[in-house]
Amino acid sequence: MAYAAGVDVGSTQTKAVVINEAKEIVGRALIDTGANVIVAAEQAFAAAINGANVQEEEVEYVVGTGYGRYRVTFGNAQVTEISCHGRGAVHMFPGTRTVIDMGGQDTKAIRVRPSGEIVDFCMNDKCAAGTGRFLGAASSALDIPLDQLGPTALRAERPVRISTTCTVFAESEVLSWLGKGKKIEDILQGVHQSIAARSIGLLRRVGVEEQITFTGGVARNIGMIEALEQGLCAKLNVSDDSHFMGALGAALFALDHVLARRVPVITGRPS
Amino acid sequence: MSDRLPEEGFVGRGNREGADLFRQWFSELNRTAEQGGPSAYVFVMGSMCEILRTFNLPVVFPEINSLQTAVRRVAHEYLNQAEDYGYSPDICGYVKADVAVQLRGGEHPMGRIPKPSIAVLTNACNTYIKWAEIWERMYNIPVFTLDIPGTRAAGTQTWPGDPDFENDRRYVQAQITELIALCERVTGIQFDIDRLREVMGYANEMSRGWKQVLEFNKSRPSLFNALTDGTIYLGVANGFRGAPEGGRYFTNLVEEMAYKAAHGIGTLTEEKYRLTFIGVPCYPIFRRFNELFTEWGGTFVHSTYLWFASGGANLGFEYDQARPLESLAEGVLISVRNAMDSMFYQDRAIIEMVDSFHLDGVVYHPIKSCRTTSTGMADNRRSLMAARDIPSLFIESDMMDRRVVAEAQMKNRIDAFFEGLASRKQQQTAAG
Repeated sequence: MAYAAGVDVGSTQTKAVVINEAKEIVGRALIDTGANVIVAAEQAFAAAINGANVQEEEVEYVVGTGYGRYRVTFGNAQVTEISCHGRGAVHMFPGTRTVIDMGGQDTKAIRVRPSGEIVDFCMNDKCAAGTGRFLGAASSALDIPLDQLGPTALRAERPVRISTTCTVFAESEVLSWLGKGKKIEDILQGVHQSIAARSIGLLRRVGVEEQITFTGGVARNIGMIEALEQGLCAKLNVSDDSHFMGALGAALFALDHVLARRVPVITGRPS
Repeated sequence: MSDRLPEEGFVGRGNREGADLFRQWFSELNRTAEQGGPSAYVFVMGSMCEILRTFNLPVVFPEINSLQTAVRRVAHEYLNQAEDYGYSPDICGYVKADVAVQLRGGEHPMGRIPKPSIAVLTNACNTYIKWAEIWERMYNIPVFTLDIPGTRAAGTQTWPGDPDFENDRRYVQAQITELIALCERVTGIQFDIDRLREVMGYANEMSRGWKQVLEFNKSRPSLFNALTDGTIYLGVANGFRGAPEGGRYFTNLVEEMAYKAAHGIGTLTEEKYRLTFIGVPCYPIFRRFNELFTEWGGTFVHSTYLWFASGGANLGFEYDQARPLESLAEGVLISVRNAMDSMFYQDRAIIEMVDSFHLDGVVYHPIKSCRTTSTGMADNRRSLMAARDIPSLFIESDMMDRRVVAEAQMKNRIDAFFEGLASRKQQQTAAG
C-alpha cells in the first residue's frame, strides 16, 4: 500500500493529512503554526503519519500548500491552497461547484468544475475583516473562547450591526456595543453576520452555484455556518474534516503523482 | 570591416535605442530646467505633441515622471512628501509624486524637470483636470483642456463622413485653433502650418510603425513582452511623438520585429501560456511582477496599456498632411476616443484580442490609486467570461504605492491562476 501526504501550513494552524491509495484519510494532525514554520510542518507531518501508523518512507510523495508551502522542506512539490481546497472539496462532496474557505487571515471564494479544476477564485485583499482573524478579535474583546463564539451567537435575539470594515477597529466597536449594554450573544451574532456578508460578497464575484462547500478552520463554527446559510439562502456542505480540506487536496495531488509515477502538471516547481 | 551578424544588430535594438532616447529626452528636459526655458506639461491620452512641437515646446509627461520614481524605487519618498503636504493617501499616486517633484523644484531621479509654461490636457482622465489645476495655481500658467467627445454608448461609434462625427470633428478642430492661438501667446512664435505638416509626417511614421509592431506579436513565439518591452516602446511613443527620432525609432522597431518573426526569435520566456495584461503595470515591483508570470512560462503578448497609454496611437491613424488641421482634429478625436474606450468599453476589444492573439489567459490588474482605469474591470471581466471560455486573473495592487503591493498575496493568486491553466492544458491534452 502506497501513501501520500499533504501539509497545509496556514497563518494560524498547520494541518497534515495522510491518505492511502483508495484516497481515504488514514492520518491527520493539527497544530498551531507558531513562529517556526519549518518545525510546524515537520511536527504536523510526524503527528499525521504517527496517527496513520505508517512509516515515513511509506509516504511516497508530499505536497505542501498554504502560505508556508515553500517551508515544507521535506515536501516534493507545492500547490496553492486555492487549488487544494477546490480539489479537496470536490473529493469530499462531488456535487461541489462553489467553495468558501475561511481561514485565519484569508477568505477565498472558489468556483470549480466537476473535475475539481478551478474556474475562478476571489480572495479578501489586504484586509482580514472577513476572516477568522475577525473572530479572534471578537473572542479577545469579549473574553470568550473561540469554540464558544458560534454557539453563543446562536442565542442572539436582537443582533447588533457591526459597521466597521476593519478587524482592528472591530474590537473597539464590540467594546462600544458592550458599553451600550448590548448582550454578548447579540454582539457576537452581529460579528458573524458582518463576516458572512463580506464572504458572500466574494462568492458573488465568482458566481454562486450549488452545491456550496464550506472549508477552513472557521467551518467548525456553527454560528458562521448558520450566518452564511441565511445570507446565501442555501444549505452548505460541511464536513468534520473541513479544517483539513487544504491538506486533503494537497494529499490528493500528491497521490496523483504516486499513482501516475510522474509529476502532476498542476504542481509548481519541485523543491 | 564589420563582421557583426545581422541579429546582433536587430535583436534587442528597440530596447537599447529606447533607453538611449529616454536618457536623451530627460537630459534635454534637465537642460531646459537649468536654463529656465519654457515647457509644456501634457498627458499620455491626447498629448497634442503635434501642435506643441510646432512651437518648439519641450514636452513633459508628469505621468511618466511619476512612474519612473516607482520603477527606480523611490516613489515612497515622493508620495510621503505629498501626503505630508496634505494630499490624501487615497488619491492618484501619479499626482502625488508629481506634486512632490514640484515641491522639490523639479528634482527627479532622471534629472531636473522644467517648470511648465502651459499645460494641455484632454478629458480622457477625470484626474487630469484637477491635476492641471495644481500647476495653474502653483505657477499661474494657462491650462488648456480639450473636450474630446467619447463613445456615447457601447457599439455606437461614428466615423468620418457620418454627420455626428463631422460635428464632433468641427468641435475638436475649433478647440485646436484656440490652442494654437494660446501657444502663439505663450511662446511668441507665429504658427507655421508647414512645420505642423512636417511634425504630422513624423507622427504618421510612428503610428504606422506602432500598429505594425503590435500586430507582429500575433507571432508564435511572441516577439516582445507587452509589459516590459512594451513599456519601453510606449515611452518613446509618447516622448517622441512628432519628432524625427520617434518616427525613425518605430521604423527600426518594425524592422526588428520582422527579423525576429522571420527567424522565430521570441522573448526569453519559454512560451507556455500567452497572456494579455489589462490595466496599468505594477511599477513598484515592475521586474518582479513580470517574473511571477514568466517563471511559469507565461508571457504577455498584448496589453490594453499599449492602447490607452499611447493615446490610441495603436489604431495607426495617419494624418492627411494636405488638410492638416482638419485631419489633426479627426485623428485626435478617433485616437483619444479609442484610448477612452480601451478603459471603458474594453470587453469587445479584449474578446477580439483573445481570438486574434491566441491567448490562454487574461490578467486584470485594477489599481488602488487609479479608479479611471480600474472601475468597470470586474464588469468587463464578467462580460469576457460570458463570451469566451478563457481563464482570467483579477489581482489588485497599485502602479505607484508599494504600501498596497503585497507580493506574497500576489504570488499566491498568480500561482493558483497558473495551476488552473496547467490543469486545463493537461485535460485538453488528455482529451486529444
